[in-house]
Amino acid sequence: MSSATLYGLCGAVLVGLGLFGLIVHPQLLRKILAFNLIGSGVFLLFGVVARKGAAAGFGGDPVPQALVITGLVVAFAATALAIALLLRLFEQTGQVTLRSDG
Amino acid sequence: MAVWTITSRDTLPAVVGFVAYGLLLALVWVRLAAPDVALTEAAIGSGITGGLLLGASARLRATEAPATGETPGMTLRVAAAVLCALVAAGLAAIVVLLPEPAPTLAPQVAANMAATGLGNPVTAVLMAYRAIDTLLETVVLLLALLGTWSLAPDRIWGGFPGVRHDADPHGLLTFIAQFLAPVGILVGIHIFWVGSVAPGGEFQAATILAAMWILATMAGLVDAPPVSRRRLRILLVAGPAVFFAIGLAGLAMAGAFLAYPAPYAKLLILMIEIPVTLSIAATLALLVAGPPQRAPPR
Repeated sequence: MSSATLYGLCGAVLVGLGLFGLIVHPQLLRKILAFNLIGSGVFLLFGVVARKGAAAGFGGDPVPQALVITGLVVAFAATALAIALLLRLFEQTGQVTLRSDG
Repeated sequence: MAVWTITSRDTLPAVVGFVAYGLLLALVWVRLAAPDVALTEAAIGSGITGGLLLGASARLRATEAPATGETPGMTLRVAAAVLCALVAAGLAAIVVLLPEPAPTLAPQVAANMAATGLGNPVTAVLMAYRAIDTLLETVVLLLALLGTWSLAPDRIWGGFPGVRHDADPHGLLTFIAQFLAPVGILVGIHIFWVGSVAPGGEFQAATILAAMWILATMAGLVDAPPVSRRRLRILLVAGPAVFFAIGLAGLAMAGAFLAYPAPYAKLLILMIEIPVTLSIAATLALLVAGPPQRAPPR
């Protein structure tokens, strides 16, 4: 097993772990954290695909790598918006969860 | 670290764990021969996101105790664990069964890189072959910022984002900000410039510039501008606007949207990258600062 495959397995575990956190944690901030974990797992899988596509003298296929960079920035934008929404929810209602009866 | 982030009972340690995890992930990217991604991960994925999450968790500190009482029951947890293990196992199977040799676009990139005048394949992909992605990405950042701003209550719309920080003018934070900001700006410009031939590029540079500005505001050296200020808005849209304009020019000069006429490719790419870097830096910094919280000047 190559090291790239090992990192790929790590990525798979990260996605599973993040998904678990997303479902189980009631606090929205923890859900945002877990969502970022899923994202990083997916990026890691992408990176493994890039590494396996190494050719033409590059260490990895540059196309997926560039897509991961784009993805990271978009993930940040989404996180920032989610946190702004969460803080506003907290200001308006004092809640930090999505409880329906609250 | 990831396990810690999920299982930790309190939010603050979880966030700290997440930042450390991001830095470890950056090392993994280096091992995967992706130094550009490693820089982005360390700067954006770990650094700026971490700062944002830390700020939010500090604001929500008092809500820890009541919220923990709402943890779902044992059955649901086990069901979720099984489901997630299945998803992870499925992905793992795909990783193991990836085709050998893997399909790759690297030879095509290598064959056409000379035409762009760039030495870094990842920058070449970002600015030339997949330029439309990069253009739309800058627009996504702007949209996220608009969404954040629109969360402000009506009466302080157009006001100053975030709280005003008043640090001790002779304190350590002020000293660090005064000392680090010029150095950081230099590093940012360097990373931007070497991005055309070596790992680096506009997103990484923009993040460093944004971080320096955040540091300066935290130390109270500068205050965030009110979001209604015209110059600020022009700075924010300048990057995507120039990008779009040059893309349209490519339609006339080279026959396709975002196509660069070969002799000027590198010049045009630099002309795009400079305003895009400044716009992204401003957008990132303001995203961290959050929605307006103080009334605008009358």
